[in-house]
Amino acid sequence: MADNAKVIEIIKKIIADVDEQKLFLTELDNVIGDGDHGINLARGFDAVNEMMDTFEGKDIGAIMKAIGMKLVSTVGGASGPLYGTAFMKSGAYLNGKAEMNMEDFLGMMEVAIDGIMKRGKAVRGEKTMLDAMIPALDAMKESYAADGDVKKALDAGVAAAEEGIEFTKTIIATKGRASYLGERSIGHQDPGATSFTLMLKAVQALA
Amino acid sequence: MSNLDHFLLTSKEEIILKKIINAVNQVEDQMIAGMVKAYPQYVKKLDCGNVVVRADKKEGKVALISGGGSGHEPAHGGFVGKGMLDAAVAGAVFTSPTPDQIYEGIKAIDAGKGVLMVVKNYTGDVLNFEMAAEMAADMDGIEVKEVVVNDDVAVQDSLYTTGRRGVAGTVLVHKIAGAMAETGASLDEVQAVAQKVIDNVRTMGMAIRPCTVPAAGEPGFTLADDEMEIGIGIHGEPGVEKKPLETADEIVDTLMEKILADIDYAGSEVAVMVNGCGATPLMELFVVNNRVADILAEKGIKVYKTLVGEFMTSLEMEGFSITLLRLDDQLKELLDAEADTPAMTVAK
Repeated sequence: MADNAKVIEIIKKIIADVDEQKLFLTELDNVIGDGDHGINLARGFDAVNEMMDTFEGKDIGAIMKAIGMKLVSTVGGASGPLYGTAFMKSGAYLNGKAEMNMEDFLGMMEVAIDGIMKRGKAVRGEKTMLDAMIPALDAMKESYAADGDVKKALDAGVAAAEEGIEFTKTIIATKGRASYLGERSIGHQDPGATSFTLMLKAVQALA
Repeated sequence: MSNLDHFLLTSKEEIILKKIINAVNQVEDQMIAGMVKAYPQYVKKLDCGNVVVRADKKEGKVALISGGGSGHEPAHGGFVGKGMLDAAVAGAVFTSPTPDQIYEGIKAIDAGKGVLMVVKNYTGDVLNFEMAAEMAADMDGIEVKEVVVNDDVAVQDSLYTTGRRGVAGTVLVHKIAGAMAETGASLDEVQAVAQKVIDNVRTMGMAIRPCTVPAAGEPGFTLADDEMEIGIGIHGEPGVEKKPLETADEIVDTLMEKILADIDYAGSEVAVMVNGCGATPLMELFVVNNRVADILAEKGIKVYKTLVGEFMTSLEMEGFSITLLRLDDQLKELLDAEADTPAMTVAK
């Protein structure tokens, strides 16, 4: 599915896409949060961009761990510890791997989601990034188990994540700053679910 | 390249940001650098980002660390000094600082009796501070405890929200817990008195004009010329309602009604804090306090001490908050204890 070079290529796309979408993500956050999600993520991935040449020849686990630590130390807000934890847990899971297959990727997603749930004390259905991540993982697992086709599995994952974003419009936030809005948070999509989907789409496009 | 290039957002129509800054991405660093140059007798900056610590580290006491996003000056760096904080960590504007910064602050101030983190109740702040506490405990064996300030009565505290926001009342936690630490009390004792303040402090704010985060380039919310937002948060988060502007007395009545209904103040003495949000003249803050004092007098609630000024601002937001702290003898004594910091001094 992906070797060192492919992972670097995907990370580069995520960096570019986050930068391109930062004002959109921030606008989404302005409506129901504190209006910094895109700016913060872009600052973090800019910092990751500056360390890209240190990734040459490193195993995938080491790359993911380094990204996680960089995000934790540069993003701030809630998304820094949450995405940082996700990448660090992914790094620990992929430790020493020069190549990643679909089973590795699914296992990595599993520990990343688990890390986010523990760090954020959150579950599915609270209008957070988990509402895109969990259905995406479930859909990828199901699709891959059915026919072993990586492309189809990733397509299914992205479709489920996008449905997840739509779903976040229909529910009340109970975590994070959006929770104060109560009913007023209905109708707005969750910025974290949106930024996760953007990352998964980069994997779909290149893996 | 013209100097204005820093202010132009490329992905949208171009907006000129009218602020007295050099570049959007240098605001926080230059603010901290300027603060340290202004108050070298009080604070120094660590080499790991925007962390300021007391210029003279005091050994043998519990150390206090607080912080949060920038844009709330003088909070929190202005409260570093004798009798208040030992360290303040500043993140980007309105964004929590990161665990590595907080961790360096904890390490720098630990004097062997443990460290108390005073955290405002925002998901980002709580996550970053707790990650830092885990790092300090795991890697350096430092005992770290935490209190989470949630004094804002404007938002609902329930199972279905993140809980109330931490706002201006946080400064009173710094004052009283800092005084307790200065007495040589244990970490548990300092944490307990900090929690006592949190249990007895309530705040509510309002705004008539929004503020603009430099990196965002436009206001986080909008208000019509004749409109105000009641219950606004310190980052311009929505509050209870938007409504037509009223007189100062009417606004104070609304805020005080909500604050006084939240806990029973009958027969108790209180400390009052009237806090300006950044662009409110002192004149108006005193007009506000005039009504606050009258309401308390009518209700037979005795004012022990009043603070009027800017303690927890929100950039150039125009508005104010009222904080009431219900006092007992211990809290009164600690409120009166000596403090010597850039933004708050209490004489011996």
